[in-house]
Amino acid sequence: MHKMTLAQLARGLHDGEFSSLELTEHFLKRIEQYDEQLNSFITVTGETAREAAKAADARRAQGQAGLLTGLPLAHKDIFNTRGVKTSCGSRMLDNYIAPYDATVVEKMREAGFVMLGKTNMDEFAMGSSNETSFYGPVRNPWHLEYVPGGSSGGSAAAVAARLAPAATGTDTGGSIRQPAALCGVTGLKPTYGRVSRWGMIAFASSLDQGGVFGASAEDCALLLGSMAGFDERDSTSIDRTVEDYQSSLENTLEGLRIGLPKEYFAAGLDAGVAERVHAAIRHYETLGAEIRDISLPNSQLAAPVYYVVAPAECSSNLSRFDGVRFGHRCEDPKDLVDMYMRSRGEGFGDEVKRRIMVGTYALSAGYYDAYYLKAQQVRRLISNDFAAAFDEVDVIMGPTAPSPAFKIGEKSDDPIEMYLSDIYTIAVNLAGLPGMSIPVGEVDGLPVGLQLIGNYWSEARLLNIAHRYQQDTDWHLRMPDVFV
Amino acid sequence: MEWETVIGLEIHAQLATKSKIFSGASTAYGAEPNTQACAVDLGLPGVLPVLNAEVVRMATAFGLAVDAEVAPRSVFARKNYFYPDLPKGYQISQYELPIVKTGKLIIALENGEEKEIGITRAHLEEDAGKSLHEDFAGMTGIDLNRAGTPLLEIVSEPDMRSAKEAVAYMKKIHTLVQYLGICDGNMQEGSFRCDANVSVRPRGELALGTRTEIKNLNSFRFIERAIAFEVERQIDLLETGGEVVQETRLYDPDRDETRSMRSKEEANDYRYFPDPDLLPVEISADFIEKVRLELPELPDIKRQRFVTELGLSAYDAGLLTASRALSEYFEAVLAELEGEAKLVANWVSGELSGRLHKEGLEIAQCPVSASDLAGLLARVVDDTISGKIAKEVFAAMWAGEGSADEIIAAKGLKQITDTGALDALIDEIIAANPNQAEQLRAGKDKLLGYFVGQVMKATQGKANPGMVNQLLKQKLLGSGKHEGSS
Amino acid sequence: MSLDIEQVEKIAWLARLQIEAEAKADYARNLSDILDFVEQLSRIDTTGVTPMAHPQDLPQRLRADEVTESDQRELFQQVAPAVENGLYLVPKVIE
Repeated sequence: MHKMTLAQLARGLHDGEFSSLELTEHFLKRIEQYDEQLNSFITVTGETAREAAKAADARRAQGQAGLLTGLPLAHKDIFNTRGVKTSCGSRMLDNYIAPYDATVVEKMREAGFVMLGKTNMDEFAMGSSNETSFYGPVRNPWHLEYVPGGSSGGSAAAVAARLAPAATGTDTGGSIRQPAALCGVTGLKPTYGRVSRWGMIAFASSLDQGGVFGASAEDCALLLGSMAGFDERDSTSIDRTVEDYQSSLENTLEGLRIGLPKEYFAAGLDAGVAERVHAAIRHYETLGAEIRDISLPNSQLAAPVYYVVAPAECSSNLSRFDGVRFGHRCEDPKDLVDMYMRSRGEGFGDEVKRRIMVGTYALSAGYYDAYYLKAQQVRRLISNDFAAAFDEVDVIMGPTAPSPAFKIGEKSDDPIEMYLSDIYTIAVNLAGLPGMSIPVGEVDGLPVGLQLIGNYWSEARLLNIAHRYQQDTDWHLRMPDVFV
Repeated sequence: MEWETVIGLEIHAQLATKSKIFSGASTAYGAEPNTQACAVDLGLPGVLPVLNAEVVRMATAFGLAVDAEVAPRSVFARKNYFYPDLPKGYQISQYELPIVKTGKLIIALENGEEKEIGITRAHLEEDAGKSLHEDFAGMTGIDLNRAGTPLLEIVSEPDMRSAKEAVAYMKKIHTLVQYLGICDGNMQEGSFRCDANVSVRPRGELALGTRTEIKNLNSFRFIERAIAFEVERQIDLLETGGEVVQETRLYDPDRDETRSMRSKEEANDYRYFPDPDLLPVEISADFIEKVRLELPELPDIKRQRFVTELGLSAYDAGLLTASRALSEYFEAVLAELEGEAKLVANWVSGELSGRLHKEGLEIAQCPVSASDLAGLLARVVDDTISGKIAKEVFAAMWAGEGSADEIIAAKGLKQITDTGALDALIDEIIAANPNQAEQLRAGKDKLLGYFVGQVMKATQGKANPGMVNQLLKQKLLGSGKHEGSS
Repeated sequence: MSLDIEQVEKIAWLARLQIEAEAKADYARNLSDILDFVEQLSRIDTTGVTPMAHPQDLPQRLRADEVTESDQRELFQQVAPAVENGLYLVPKVIE
């Protein structure tokens, strides 16, 4: 069953080939069997999953099942799940049992999904390798010595090893697309405002967006349809009809204008990755697409802008973790200041502390204009580049990451080196655009991802473009041997 | 050297909404600790703010009332600092782009002159919770019910030159926000409080002296005393060769002094930046017009009207319009007693206000309704009772003994206006006091009062005093025509 | 841009983060590297460019003034480190 896509599993449930309980048990068993190697889950909710699966089977027996009823799913541990530990990969929240559900969790449960557990992630989503998690690094299913990418590394690895047929993630600077690329799965980051942020623990509020991992674009279409939509509890959620992402999957790509930004193929790109990406783009030509060279002239500034804006917002967002109302409090604080300093000093890991400090500095008196304000101005220039590009083309394509997965520990001592793994994905978040990563090949046994960037609200078109490629190829269906 | 005091106030008015500024939790005062602190107010991981429409309307109304421009676009920012009663580690406030821009207000000075006080800005923000310092085994308790209550912070220019001016300005704003219905003005409950920025400079000097900020003043009396103390402290410092340190100070009413509040390590850097969870607030010209049309009559305009239309003195008009509730009470009584503005004004600002003040009650808690008071005064107007008896009836009404008519009937307080009955009584009294009658007839006019007193005594005050006068004069002096009462 | 240990301490204080003494030099180096990395922004001419604080160019949506939340103190305080009589307890706050 684990080799089937979500769409196939839905048909299997519908046709009575297996029950939701059988399906759920199957994945729980795989988690038990393999996750010791991968470390992709922080919490496995076997008991509640079985109950939910039974309830789903009962609904099906009564003829009340929907398209997604009874399908298992894993949530990134950044989404609040009532009654279940929601750690955000941090010691700070190791003791935090969420008292409420994130909108995404609520909506997907209502759509019929059965939650298998909560996946590992970089601490507070700050990282590109899943090495900053308090719960230890996640391993890449294709090569256990390698990172799965981050920050949604647990979700990507779990889907790649088929410990879960699908998983949610969040993407602040590439945290869905980059691990999707490094693990060889399909990942989608929607337009900012498409998916509610209520209950999703904030890293950088103006950049964070929930999204999904699946075995295929078709699966991502199913997933997005169930999680997207207006939420009055999120001021940045947009009241806009959720399209039927399934219905347009097969649309023709005849006349599709694909833009290739020259900056995304410049120095720093691994030759093997470039070769696989070009091969995929050539395939799009055979499907009737037209390739155009374009320029996003401020691309090289996206990472510096991001590493001002994201830390600035996070320095403020993470102030609520103060040991007063929830989360870690140090032993025997001698006074209030001691409580703050030690609770936060002990609760947060190094990378989180670094980013909080960079952000604190960038917002502090005398530096605000030079750092924060300047970054917000350059952010506008980056966004304008995209606006100009989308006058010319329908979709922008390029590599998702500059190289395939790297070794665990390889970049963990050098923050800047690590930051550069998101060099192609960050700009999308700064502008708030939708993006995808789909597997398009391998280099030395490690997956390579093609990034698709669309204009605002073009999720349906992106899914269609990804799906048409996947109809002709099988990169997305390959599985690492160990987990077959 | 002669010193000049310079004062600016930052007034915090809690807006009288049902729910909080960014959450659906109740703002009601006095609930059990933390029972009105929802997930948003607690700053739980993953929660988000959504702005309450009512606070935008209220701030707009305030802006219009002080002749300010209401910003077509304003932005919420985060003010970052750590404090246990500040759940998120930042306060959502407005910084560079407040909702209300420059405005002004006229205050009346003690010498009868008027003075314009500039309003720099007014912005929306969320209130913090409360720290309770009573001992929990050496710990402080935190109640976050107040966290997220909407505040309008009204910042004045440093235009005030004395503690009295500062109080006059504060009172004026206090009256205004209550007229607008945007704040209940309850200072004991902290709904209306202020921080005072105080400095002194040699008279004639243009540059401002170093200022200190006195935090959290929540009564008019404290404001006056805190500023007075602080001014004296600063002058003493400067005259003895010292320097004023820019700092935050706290007023201690028990010791009647201000003292420094923050230690050096608390030097704050608030790191304001636009709140990325909230988008800019946009206010259309149409919305502003709609709010303008719905504005109630404002205190200055009402006061003017009471003088010109009702013929009240400026003093009475000022007293009656000092609070919206009092002015509305007055108008409700007057509505039933057309043309008797003076009488009603005297009663409302005299007997009624005095009694309220004595018992520490607000007009809203007054046991005598406007309509009941109108019922009483109607009996004065139609001569059923005298003004003096009316006070007795009023006291009984206050005690809940019934309506004016019921009390007059039950106690037999109706004025004796029957000439026949009085005639006989007066004849009796003249007969009983032949010597005094003789002296009066001989020209000792003062004795007329003696006879009036005797008649009133005999009737227990119920005789119409005017009528008694007339009759006595007729009988004893053979003069005076009946001219009606009074 | 190079930060010294004293600056690191000042930032850590503002952010209320305890940094172990032996780690301060590493923080100073890493933070300096990051600031050097973002320093390239200063070379960009942004004259007249409106800062972009948010990807959405939309006004704030408003909610009706209605009480929609009820008391959940018991649930919320289950995750609190220290409570008594419904209050969150912290080391004594001195003013």
